[in-house]
Amino acid sequence: MSSMDKEPLFSAKNVKLLTTPLNDENPITVQVLGICSALAVTVKLEPAVVLAVAVVAVMGAANVIISVLRRTIPQRIRIIVQLVVIASLVILVDQVLKAFLYDVSRQLSVFVGLIITNCIIMGRLEAFALGNRVWPSFLDGVGNAAGYGWILIVVAFFRELLGSGTVWDYPVMEKLGLYTIGYENNGFMILPPMALITVGIIIWVQRSRNRKLIESK
Amino acid sequence: MKQGNTYIFLYSSAMVVIVAAVLSVVATVLRPYQELNIEIAKKLDILRSVEKAEQAQEVRDRNSYVEEEYDRYIVDSYVISHLGERRDDIDAFGVNMREEMRKPLEERNLPVFVAQDDDGSEYYIFPVHGRGLWGPVYGYVALMGDMNTIFGVIFDHDSETPGLGAEINTPRFESQFKGKKLFDETGEFVSIRINKPGAVPPGDHNVDGISGGTITSQGVEEMLYDVLGSYRTYFRNQKNSEI
Repeated sequence: MSSMDKEPLFSAKNVKLLTTPLNDENPITVQVLGICSALAVTVKLEPAVVLAVAVVAVMGAANVIISVLRRTIPQRIRIIVQLVVIASLVILVDQVLKAFLYDVSRQLSVFVGLIITNCIIMGRLEAFALGNRVWPSFLDGVGNAAGYGWILIVVAFFRELLGSGTVWDYPVMEKLGLYTIGYENNGFMILPPMALITVGIIIWVQRSRNRKLIESK
Repeated sequence: MKQGNTYIFLYSSAMVVIVAAVLSVVATVLRPYQELNIEIAKKLDILRSVEKAEQAQEVRDRNSYVEEEYDRYIVDSYVISHLGERRDDIDAFGVNMREEMRKPLEERNLPVFVAQDDDGSEYYIFPVHGRGLWGPVYGYVALMGDMNTIFGVIFDHDSETPGLGAEINTPRFESQFKGKKLFDETGEFVSIRINKPGAVPPGDHNVDGISGGTITSQGVEEMLYDVLGSYRTYFRNQKNSEI
């Protein structure tokens, strides 16, 4: 390997891998993937944040593993290989949470297992890690997971605030004294449909600010 | 690269072996930590049902705090049959309520934990286990010495919906049970009914359910009826022996 073709770790191209999924190619709002878990875990902020962190870990590691193995994986069983990698990593995360963050793992319960069915992870393995080198794959994985995570956290913030009147279980609405002047929690925010509507509003705001995303007629 | 069937077969076999090895090593290494967590969580739940160990969130070394409190307040624990006879060969703490509730009534091992407060008053704590909407719901019910009045309850769940059914483990729901009674004036076992919020006027046997968590609420109601129902004879015996 000559030093000529060795790219710096954070070259412009690599940084783009990390940042475009946050906005221009956001997996949730632009590619509309991974919606199912976004509906399920965004009632409260804490599970949403922990799930976001867990997805960053799983997706970064899965992309690295698949990228390392990419020349050996038989074409015909590549989906199975990807699934095995994702499922094992998720089990690892779950076991570690149970051993060292027992309270959080009790709250998250089914949601950690839900990472296995997250379409974004397999989508990135299939679309990127199978054809790229390790470092770019890692950045791509972390970038996409972060793009997924911040949408989750924003949605969870509004749903918890308006639906339960709290932020991270801190009673914001009560402290602001809004209940005494007749404010009531909007129970509808807790139901899954409002997650979809909140995601819709985020998509609307994002497209009105980011002209590149508007499809030409 | 040529990838024939032999290659695919060998590749998948190797993958399965490696993954299985890694996961079982991790599971074995982490098991002691997990088991300790489960034990501490169980002790903490038992203590919380009688309003002890309230600083558990604040103390730095939670495990030893919970152990100390447990040793201080839980003075006795034993297993009884559905007829209220003591079975001394079984350890009450190790009984898995989920499995006991699957057995027919005659075969169930029913644990009893006895807590003694600083002022000498005794509380009897019973583990409960039932089905919610998505998975098991469970907890502990503490009765006063009269074996009728509820002193406190603690519920928890594995997978109920956050904000809806999952609200059964909030103080808002649990505190309603304090002071409710299991037996009516005629001595009949009625347990606690969980109603649609506001539908039934408050009484000795009614609490409000969770809006939007109807099936979980029903699960809790059934759980209390089934599990505490298995202790019925024991409650009666204890009551009579005190008179």
